[in-house]
Amino acid sequence: MHEMSVALSVVDQVERAARSGGASGVRRVTVEIGELAGVVPDALAFCFGLACAGTVLEGAELVTRSLPGRASCTDCQRSWDTGMPPDLLCAVCRGGAGVLLSGRELRITEVHWSTPPTAPDSSPVPRSEES
Amino acid sequence: MCRTVDLRQAVLARNTMAAGVLRAELTARGTTVVNLLSSPGSGKTALLERELTLARERGVTTAALTADLATENDAARLARSGVPVKQVLTDGLCHLEADMLAGHLHDWLPDATRLLFVENVGNLVCPASYDLGESLRVVLASVTEGEDKPLKYPTAFGLAQLVIVTKSDLAGPAEFDEAAFRAHVERVNPGVEVVLTSVRTGEGAGVLVDRALAAADGDAVHAPVMARAEA
Ligand SMILES: Nc1nc2c(ncn2[C@@H]2O[C@H](COP(=O)(O)OP(=O)(O)OP(=O)(O)O)[C@@H](O)[C@H]2O)c(=O)[nH]1
Ligand SMILES: [Mg+2]
Ligand SMILES: [Zn+2]
Ligand SMILES: [Zn+2]
Repeated sequence: MHEMSVALSVVDQVERAARSGGASGVRRVTVEIGELAGVVPDALAFCFGLACAGTVLEGAELVTRSLPGRASCTDCQRSWDTGMPPDLLCAVCRGGAGVLLSGRELRITEVHWSTPPTAPDSSPVPRSEES
Repeated sequence: MCRTVDLRQAVLARNTMAAGVLRAELTARGTTVVNLLSSPGSGKTALLERELTLARERGVTTAALTADLATENDAARLARSGVPVKQVLTDGLCHLEADMLAGHLHDWLPDATRLLFVENVGNLVCPASYDLGESLRVVLASVTEGEDKPLKYPTAFGLAQLVIVTKSDLAGPAEFDEAAFRAHVERVNPGVEVVLTSVRTGEGAGVLVDRALAAADGDAVHAPVMARAEA
């Protein structure tokens, strides 16, 4: 259910970007998911397919990129992979002065628009400068 | 003619924004929200009923909103405390979101409410991802659920600002290993306070009201490592 509302939110935000950019179709959406974000990529992919139906994203592919959890200790500057379940205690200091460097991400990083149906077929090009 | 745009956009941005607006609105009118999360049956309603009664006896204006998939049973139990209570039926949705909460508070929340306790849907998975505009997030686990609960639900426990162990009267029969539980909490959320309670023995009576009032008075609330990443 959480993945369904995440999927709906992705579709909603891409639809908005499509409207403001005048895009008529979406080929691919890339989402970054941190290891500690609490989102299951497979479940999200399944929900994404359902959420796209009848929208400008119909038929779009979802690419998920997983980002590892990394933490660092503000006392000794050491940084480490948190693992899952995460270990946020510094192994040296055993203190709690840590910060999470990555792992909680949940964001849309790229949208690959498709051409309007009337335009000639073309191949994908690398990311444009217009971000 | 295909193009790829970089759309750095937080997926939960809309909820986070709605939560921020709600927090600001409620703070302006003097209301502090406490969000209670746990698995089904950990004892949220039982603890709240006790704490709401204590708050009323102490003259603290309090209200409670409880969310369930179905039935108004929890609201009926909480109403015994004598404070204003609202039941929200989520109609199958397994968590509350900030704009839903705002909608329910709109024509119900009594004006002079100092503390608003929100009993989230019994579920430790997705409610953890939805900020409700609370100033204090409390995660509960009963002694019968196993010491490794914090490791199984690291997002929920990792983002808690207070952890409450319920049903401590059953710790003996359940062979609850308090030290192991505390170590697991510490691993996912270094520095968070863990308090034992029981509505049978009265252990920890008033702790929820005390911590909520401290947050309402602007005392520093625990900042989980996991939440500090969001900045
Ligand atoms: N022995 C003991 N039982 C308790 C205690 N607190 C709650 N219970 C019992 O645990 C059961 C579940 O308690 P609830 O308060 O309904 O739990 P909940 O978390 O609100 O449950 P949901 O709203 O369904 O998620 C009830 O039978 C309570 O009587 C306690 O401190 N000690
Ligand atoms: Mg309940
Ligand atoms: Zn260190
Ligand atoms: Zn949910």
